[in-house]
Amino acid sequence: MPMIRRLTLALSLGLTTALTAAPVLAQDSGPLRIEITDGVVEPMPFAIATFHGTDEVTGLVQNLIAADLTGTDLFREIPASAHLARRDSFEEPVTYEDWRAINAEALVTGEVSVEGDIVSVRFRLFDVVSGQPLGDGMQMQSAKADWRRAAHKVADQVYARLTGEKAYFDSRVAFVQETGPKDARRKRLGVMDYDGANIDWLTDDAALVLSPRMSPDGNSILYTSFESGFPQIKVMDVASVTSRPLTQSGDSMAFSPRFSPDGRWIVYSLEKAGNSDIWQMDPSSGAARALIESPAIETSPSYSPDGSQIVFESDRSGSPQLYTMPATGGVEPTRISFAEGRYGTPVWSPLGDLIAFTRQIGEKFHIGVMRADGSNEKILTESFLDEGPTWAPNGRVVMFTRVTPGGDGEPRLHSVDITGRNMRPLDLSFAASDPAWGPLLP
Amino acid sequence: MNKIRQPAIIALAAVLTVAACATPNRPQIVTDPYANAGGGAIYQGDLQGGALGGNASAEYFRTTVGDTVIFPAEQTSLTAEARTTLTRQAAWLKEHTGFTASVEGHADEKGTREYNLALGARRANSVQEYLIAQGVEASRIRTNTYGKERPLEICSTELCFAQNRRAQTVVSQGAGT
Repeated sequence: MPMIRRLTLALSLGLTTALTAAPVLAQDSGPLRIEITDGVVEPMPFAIATFHGTDEVTGLVQNLIAADLTGTDLFREIPASAHLARRDSFEEPVTYEDWRAINAEALVTGEVSVEGDIVSVRFRLFDVVSGQPLGDGMQMQSAKADWRRAAHKVADQVYARLTGEKAYFDSRVAFVQETGPKDARRKRLGVMDYDGANIDWLTDDAALVLSPRMSPDGNSILYTSFESGFPQIKVMDVASVTSRPLTQSGDSMAFSPRFSPDGRWIVYSLEKAGNSDIWQMDPSSGAARALIESPAIETSPSYSPDGSQIVFESDRSGSPQLYTMPATGGVEPTRISFAEGRYGTPVWSPLGDLIAFTRQIGEKFHIGVMRADGSNEKILTESFLDEGPTWAPNGRVVMFTRVTPGGDGEPRLHSVDITGRNMRPLDLSFAASDPAWGPLLP
Repeated sequence: MNKIRQPAIIALAAVLTVAACATPNRPQIVTDPYANAGGGAIYQGDLQGGALGGNASAEYFRTTVGDTVIFPAEQTSLTAEARTTLTRQAAWLKEHTGFTASVEGHADEKGTREYNLALGARRANSVQEYLIAQGVEASRIRTNTYGKERPLEICSTELCFAQNRRAQTVVSQGAGT
């Protein structure tokens, strides 16, 4: 069942003060800090002392923490075979010189215990260079079956303390699975952990489904469905796997939906007599009004994180370009993209600083980011067809669809950080498209 | 569905029913659909739902009238060739009033999914407007868009892209909406 699995952050054992204390401590943590926006060339070497614990899940938890951290390409793990320190218990004091000797700059120690169906993961983080703990130790508790979430939570703490950025590993991603030949594709909606684990299926593949979008709380998903034979917008309740249509007019089509940051509104494209404009709807009442009307195509609207602005795509200039305007509408939009090619699928970063987009230049497609006023554009990727970026909840990584060319071409999900340096495919055994990254889980 | 509106058609249906009884396992093929439609009545197509010959079939529309028009890259206006095809479509639709049309707009894969949905809708609308201008009742035509979701050809070169930038008119029997 696609339940949101609750994780208990146990404030016990004298290990921890409070979860929210960690980022504050990280900001005061002195020299040990990675600046993501600077385009790190050399990953920070760190070590994970072999976790203590007798349950078989101990090694799995440790390996997943390592995979989360090294997957960012900001950290390089020093393998256990190189470790000098031999630790007998989680409580044993750290011998910093042993870790300095192997050039580890940070050290994670941990212990995993299982009682009945509950797994508890305790960890501590150390700044080896200065020989001090980095923030408080913590204990994460979860159902044993959800040990991955406990591991992601630990990795999130380590990542946040070492980078000063917000965490993102303990999060879910909605996506569309694609099967069958290119001219008769079947698609179904799924949701998974950010790393491709724990997939829950939300629809069968009887009708085409496109471009899912998570609600700010992750509890519901907007998507475009051809269930009626025509593209219309539906909303799926993830916990109960029940959906209802939000649009169903007989003479218009609707697509490209997205929630407002407070979850109270959706913006979307509504097509009437061939012309697509941007509308806003209160999904609880169905009341809708046009926000942006013109004879041109307007689509792919996305709110700024404070809800005050909307960025969208329009071909009013003759080719698809990006525009921003106040979310209340009624004002002439401001064009923000001016370079060569066609721009589409703008998405405002949850931090508000950047807008990610798809850009087509000649025969190539790119994922890029720019500031909200269109300045400082940076191209992150290039391929036959890249499209549809979605932001990690911390605004430092985007996931997108990359399609390979040809008759047997198929889409795969990839992620890239905003430096463009760490591009990698998601580890999925099937073709998938249209990722939609949800919030950091509580 | 399959509403029978004219006396001549009832007569034909009777003929077909009799014929179908003679060979119950096979749809009856009528090579000249006008043979029994004496008083200038309009033949309404295959009343048995099988493969009926003549020009009053979705198959005839698809293969002989021409159900598809193609568009230049990023364009939604009709070419001269497209207008020729659509003039034939309009004539056929005006003749076969028992059919309704669904115009499905498509785009090639070189565009974002959402923009291409809008582009396909606009292409379908171009066709619909032309057919209406040619005298087909608006109530008999509705539009749909598949964006880039249903390519006709699957290669990733301009040869295929050109075939995929299309609007396809799918006719089916039944009263208009």
